[in-house]
Amino acid sequence: MNDYLWLIPFFPLLGFLINGLLGRNFSEKMVGIIGAGAIFLSFVTTLLTFKELLTLEPEHRIFIQKLYTWMATGNFSVDVAFRFDALSAVMTLVVTGVGFLIHVYSIGYMHGDRGFFRYFAFLNLFTFAMLLLVLGNNFLILFLGWEGVGLCSYLLIGFWYEKIDYANAGMKAFIVNRIGDFGFLLGMFLIFKHFGSLDFDQVFSNAAAVPPGVITAITLLLFVGATGKSAQIPLYVWLPDAMAGPTPVSALIHAATMVTAGVYMVSRASALYILSPLALSVVAVIGVATALFAATMAITSQDIKKVLAYSTISQLGYMFLAAGVGAFSAAIFHLMTHAFFKALLFLGAGSVMHALSNETNLMKMGGLRKHLPITFWTFLVGGLAISGIPGFSGFFSKDEILWKAFSSPFGSPVLWGVGAVAAGITAFYIFRMIYLAFYGESRVDPEVALHIHESPKVMTVPLMVLAVLSIIGGYVGIPHVYMGLEHFLEPVFEPASVAMAAGAAGHASASTEFTLMGISVVIALAGIYLAYQLYVMNPEKPRQLAQSMHGLYTLLFNKYYVDEIYQAVFVKPFVNLSNVFFWRFFDVKIIDGIVNGVARIFGNIAAGLRRMQTGIVQMYALSLMLGAIIIFGYFILR
Amino acid sequence: MPLTYYLVLGAILFSLGVLGVLTRRNAIIIFLSIELMLNAVNLTFVALSNHVQNLDGQVFVFFVMIVAAAEVAVGLALIVAIFRLKETVYVDEINLMKW
Amino acid sequence: MNTAIGTIDWIPVAPFIALSVLGFLIMIIGLFFPRIYRETLGTITLVGLAVTFFLILQNWGEPRYAFANTIVGDKFSTVFNGLFVVGAALTILLSLNSQENRYLLYADYFTVIVFATAGMVLMSAGTHLLTIFLGLETLSIALYVLAGFRRENAFSLESAFKYFLLGAFASGFLLYGIALIYGATGSADIQEVTRWIQQNSLTGSLMLPIGFLLLFVGLGFKLAIFPFHMWAPDVYQGAPTPISAFMATGSKAAAFAALLRVALSTQSYTAIAWEQVLWVIAVATMTIGNIIALRQDNIKRMLAYSSIAHAGYILIGFIANNELGHSGMLFYLLSYTFMNIGAFGVISYLSTAEHEFVTLGDVRGLAYRRPFAAIAMAVFMFSLAGIPPTAGFISKFYIFSAAVKAGYVWLVILGVINSMISLYYYLGVVVQMFMSAVEEKAPATATQQPAVALALVVSMFAVLGLGIFPSRWLAVFMEMARSFI
Repeated sequence: MNDYLWLIPFFPLLGFLINGLLGRNFSEKMVGIIGAGAIFLSFVTTLLTFKELLTLEPEHRIFIQKLYTWMATGNFSVDVAFRFDALSAVMTLVVTGVGFLIHVYSIGYMHGDRGFFRYFAFLNLFTFAMLLLVLGNNFLILFLGWEGVGLCSYLLIGFWYEKIDYANAGMKAFIVNRIGDFGFLLGMFLIFKHFGSLDFDQVFSNAAAVPPGVITAITLLLFVGATGKSAQIPLYVWLPDAMAGPTPVSALIHAATMVTAGVYMVSRASALYILSPLALSVVAVIGVATALFAATMAITSQDIKKVLAYSTISQLGYMFLAAGVGAFSAAIFHLMTHAFFKALLFLGAGSVMHALSNETNLMKMGGLRKHLPITFWTFLVGGLAISGIPGFSGFFSKDEILWKAFSSPFGSPVLWGVGAVAAGITAFYIFRMIYLAFYGESRVDPEVALHIHESPKVMTVPLMVLAVLSIIGGYVGIPHVYMGLEHFLEPVFEPASVAMAAGAAGHASASTEFTLMGISVVIALAGIYLAYQLYVMNPEKPRQLAQSMHGLYTLLFNKYYVDEIYQAVFVKPFVNLSNVFFWRFFDVKIIDGIVNGVARIFGNIAAGLRRMQTGIVQMYALSLMLGAIIIFGYFILR
Repeated sequence: MPLTYYLVLGAILFSLGVLGVLTRRNAIIIFLSIELMLNAVNLTFVALSNHVQNLDGQVFVFFVMIVAAAEVAVGLALIVAIFRLKETVYVDEINLMKW
Repeated sequence: MNTAIGTIDWIPVAPFIALSVLGFLIMIIGLFFPRIYRETLGTITLVGLAVTFFLILQNWGEPRYAFANTIVGDKFSTVFNGLFVVGAALTILLSLNSQENRYLLYADYFTVIVFATAGMVLMSAGTHLLTIFLGLETLSIALYVLAGFRRENAFSLESAFKYFLLGAFASGFLLYGIALIYGATGSADIQEVTRWIQQNSLTGSLMLPIGFLLLFVGLGFKLAIFPFHMWAPDVYQGAPTPISAFMATGSKAAAFAALLRVALSTQSYTAIAWEQVLWVIAVATMTIGNIIALRQDNIKRMLAYSSIAHAGYILIGFIANNELGHSGMLFYLLSYTFMNIGAFGVISYLSTAEHEFVTLGDVRGLAYRRPFAAIAMAVFMFSLAGIPPTAGFISKFYIFSAAVKAGYVWLVILGVINSMISLYYYLGVVVQMFMSAVEEKAPATATQQPAVALALVVSMFAVLGLGIFPSRWLAVFMEMARSFI
């Protein structure tokens, strides 16, 4: 079976070639079958390989298939080789499984679009690149996939580009991702310099022999790459803008797969990270800060896709928090459950948009529960899962992360506390969105309201499958259960788990774990309750609240006095913080300012430099001669 | 006479040629200045050939002269063509392309 | 100089002789059949180039000297000469386009391209500074003519005029350098010079190092590296498009061949502690090229600045000065030949006699009108930007690895930053092609250009092939680099 590893990325590539070259002449049905079928075939191949993998002893669970030597010089060589171990297996299953559902959904969603075949070709190309990323056996193949997914992401965001506005958004995404890639590339060159190899096995097994300072530099540089791809502070700005693309693209690329590449890469390099406590702390702090910060941003957004985008950033922050405290398997666990419920939420949002003629403004929705029952119920499942309500997948993974943030030798109660608060805010904004969209009075434009309809089966079935996965996906990770995910991933993260075990002695007990679990559930329920109070019981309240920023009077006259205190203490600071500080100041002024400033500075330098090129031939001769004289001068005076 | 004299003379002529290229507007004069540079090098070659006691340097001079002749043929043709089109051979007026 | 004619080893000079004969043959054909189709002439040229290529391959192996040690056939010259002939063949294909139709009814055009190639061959095979000088001049004079071949076009003439004045000016410097080296060592034969340097000190007198510096200036002009780069944008912009491609690839590679030959044999550039200067030059070359390219609207001019930047990257391999670096330079030049000729080729592919497709506005929405051209352009742009899995990525990766290995970490950091900047304008072209609505009044594109299309397909396959299966070529270049040490 191990010889068929190459088939997993090959099928999507084939699908891309067929649809890309010949798709013009095919019917929509044909294109859809080829596009989704290619992913299905690689999903089946993955399943078979996975089954084969399970038959092996845990410590031997690894397949490596070398196709050919990509480049070789002396003692340095890079192979085109695939690696299928526990980590790759989980990632590949998520990418092909969720990817397949999203492909199927897209058949319905993109129906009638003039670039239907192009869309599927790009989507298959994306999946191919993503599979290269997770299956690659060395950093270079990883990088190949890394660049590939980025490129496909631009192509797919730009899929509907006809306005010039988006060009600016594209530019921002571009610059930010370049900064990330810069870090990755430099990290890779440092690895090459100190290890003489880019092969995972060789690098990780020799990690202890390299000076700690170098390891810290490498890991921090790689993390810069991860922050770019996975939209962490300060490189998160591109993700909300990327929502311009079609919604299934947001679901696949900007929620389930591509943006998690950074988490995957950090986990893959866990053997390096675990050697550098500094890098781990940086990862954890950035992660938890992003989790909190993005959650507050999501509170005030009125665009359903933007809410989900900020929510994705926030959830990715949790994954980095887990990685930063050394709990890599928890990070991957959350990555997996997040892929299920966030894809579900995005596809649900897509279904809503589909019903409402592409309306994304939450203020123009409301009361959709009756019209879109399947969308509503599946969306609710996704909401419960992301909020961390017991019984749903998000609960298990988020709780695992919070517990590890508290108990790990690299963790601290502060990390736990901030993470728990962010979890409460998450529950609040998710249910704010659900209540605004599905409950209360309809605020839909009258003309649009006439056409509200539930989406076709080809779209709702993937929703239902994802809803089921969002519920049961958590049970594979229950600790102490036979074949738990953590246990399964253990061989991959062995250096990390050894370090964790060494530091964990005498740390917290099971009773603490259950207490903390209880607290986080209460916080989440409080968030949901608050959203219920604000957006269902008193739909006027948020507006009043917004007005009350001008003065406290309105607050005093309010009859829900307790609620008001509650709001004044918990909600308003965050709304203010989010709205005034983070949104207006931090995001718009600083980050945007820096990004646009960088572009402008280079533009101005260019404008200045090109004036040197006067067009007069003697100036050119002068430059030549002066250059020569300066070089001689340097040489003689040196 | 010592070698230095010839070398210094060659260097001075070369510099004069360079200055001519940098300061004159007329393409023909610039071109002549370039020829001056080449001939300064020729002088240097001959002097050095005498100094190192072999003929390679003098053979070089012949090749340089041939090359210079070929350059003249192409260069003058170009200048004529550009004069026909723009009616000027002043280099600061030939700057359609810049920046 | 006592070699009798009868004992001459003809193999090393065979490529040069073949090219010369081919050039004259075409000229004579043009003389007797003035109404011959240029496609016929092109085919004859291609056949002749194929024969030359075969002769070049015969030189792979131990060095064989000819003509009193002035020409050598070794692995180094084989690799470079192969590169030149491939570049020339692609240029010929590009030239058979509808835009050049008006200008290229003359057989001279093909003749001059062949002679330019002969000059390049001399530059890489020359082991005597005289041979290198003659090769350089043959190449230069041919290029002056070619640049001005659109002879009633003011841009083309201006381009030729500027190139000519500056080229002649720079060759004065080169020649002066040769004179000083000759005076210091008593010979202009590179082997003799090397022997002299090994026996005496290189920096004993000022004459020898200054000679090498002047030689560097002369070659640096051809390489278009800072601060000798300023001619490149004007000349590339005005010259006929296939010629711009030819200059940016072949002539640059030839100058690198000469520079490498001199530097590797004599080790002169490392012996005079010269890295700091080269370091600054490489960084300035990359940065200036990339930054000015950000603000260009004309794709030919943008490619000219990009070509300056690429010279800077290649120079990094030169500075690294190890086997990895030297073979990386070769790989880079090879990939660069394909991707750059391809990029210029797309312009030729689209342009009609009335309208040249050179501005960003011209290519807007191209993907909807001419998908093949747009895809080809995208591949070349990705490769120039160094995105995997194209040849451009492998080249950059290779050169940067070599520099890291040699300890130039900061140089690599600046190089990586530069390639990040460059991505912006390369992708800008792709964005214009793919992501914009179709303009209503777009100028008509040329139809039916099989020769250019062939060149594009070949280049595209080469760019992707070199990117996906580079190891075979890397092994060849590695062997070449080793053969020198």
